[in-house]
Amino acid sequence: MSNPKYLLFPGCVIPYRLSSYEISARKVLAKLGVEIVEMPEYNCCGYPMDVINHDLMLTLAARNLCIAEKVDLPIMTLCNGCFCSLNETNKILKEDKELREKINGYLKEVGMEFKGTIEVKHLIYVLSEDVGYEKIKNAVTKPLASIRVAQHSGCHILRPRKYVGRDDPENPTTLKELIRLTGAKCLDYMDETECCGNPIIGVNEDVPFSMAKEKLDHVRAVGAQALITVCPFCHIMFDLNQPRIERVFNEKFNLPVLHYPQLLGLAMGFSPDELALNELRVKPTELLGMIK
Amino acid sequence: MSEKSETREYVPPIIKAEELDPKFKYKMSKMHGAEKVMVCFQCGTCTADCPIARFSEFYRPRRIARMVQIGLKDRLLLDKALWLCSSCFTCVDHCPQGVEIAGIVRVLRNMAVADKNILPLVYKELATNLMKSGFVYEIPESRLQKRVEQGLPPLPKPNVKEVTKIFEVTGSASLLEKVQAFVKVESK
Repeated sequence: MSNPKYLLFPGCVIPYRLSSYEISARKVLAKLGVEIVEMPEYNCCGYPMDVINHDLMLTLAARNLCIAEKVDLPIMTLCNGCFCSLNETNKILKEDKELREKINGYLKEVGMEFKGTIEVKHLIYVLSEDVGYEKIKNAVTKPLASIRVAQHSGCHILRPRKYVGRDDPENPTTLKELIRLTGAKCLDYMDETECCGNPIIGVNEDVPFSMAKEKLDHVRAVGAQALITVCPFCHIMFDLNQPRIERVFNEKFNLPVLHYPQLLGLAMGFSPDELALNELRVKPTELLGMIK
Repeated sequence: MSEKSETREYVPPIIKAEELDPKFKYKMSKMHGAEKVMVCFQCGTCTADCPIARFSEFYRPRRIARMVQIGLKDRLLLDKALWLCSSCFTCVDHCPQGVEIAGIVRVLRNMAVADKNILPLVYKELATNLMKSGFVYEIPESRLQKRVEQGLPPLPKPNVKEVTKIFEVTGSASLLEKVQAFVKVESK
């Protein structure tokens, strides 16, 4: 079988403030034989614009899909939000002829037409479905058997079921399985599938901070030494905002939050520097000491 | 964070007949995502499973569905609690009637922007950045340089002209010109 080949859709927030995710993802994917092609002239996936105008979101997303159709390559996203809008738009426009015609009317103004010929996948489904567990297992040269972690898959790679339809939204196993392949122990905890709260942080901080604090409580209660995420927004909520959450609730968590490819990268023998672990807000010094 | 320790109690205001728009539910049923609002039988699964409802006093998805059914259009569109949904889609997956509550909330938000010209400031800023740069954040030049120093390929340049055109043809540019932005939504 030939190597999987994808257009990488980095989105907005990753190039803006989370290069560590992109750096580690590219390193790991290259070593696993996934060919990455840069996506020319892409724009925001459209997700944050859905609250303003649904047609705007669909058209912005569809423009990206058209770019991929032109080079006939599937899209891989690193961000749950990008996956949500691109995948959902792709599925809706493939099924709903009336809506497709409407959106194509807008796209005509920029000389494009949605045809519905490509797929959109999030990183974890590229890893689980295209690379496969066996190949990842074989690439692990330095199993992280001495650490215990917990996972937070986030919402939009699970829900809504009718558009994602891959993992079970009530009991997701893909990220857990991917973590186990690194040799690390993946712990269960309460309310694993709950939202991180980040999407509304721009309008209200009380609610998202309470949500994130509860999640950190639950993760700490089972004795996890790190939290693993696959979405830049979830990561910002738990890593970048962790000191603020600690101040608001007068608690100390000091829980490192790693992007999944950083964890996998460590197990594949990459150095912490190569995986940009120094860019995390909560320093994983103790964790790295345990896996040496 | 709010410094207030006591929380306000929710007192449902008396509904006046002239507030009701009996045709509102039919209009909603035609919108993508809100098609099934009329089959909501008020079981409350959406509210019970909503993480936002758990931590706020005012956001109640079941109430939103009922208000749509009886036609309390203006109250729905002007209620800032509408902007607390984090679109986690738990309600969509759990509804026994297949009502897409998060879809209904999105339709109502779109209407609040179009009919009442209101929008949280954060989204106006993101939209402005997007029209200007193709991304919802204005990525500074220093960041773009750092990428390359870190061994990442240069970020592809977005086609700002085409993005702006999309804002224009979907009517979004003129919507954004009209909106009165508000900063914060109280949850307690």
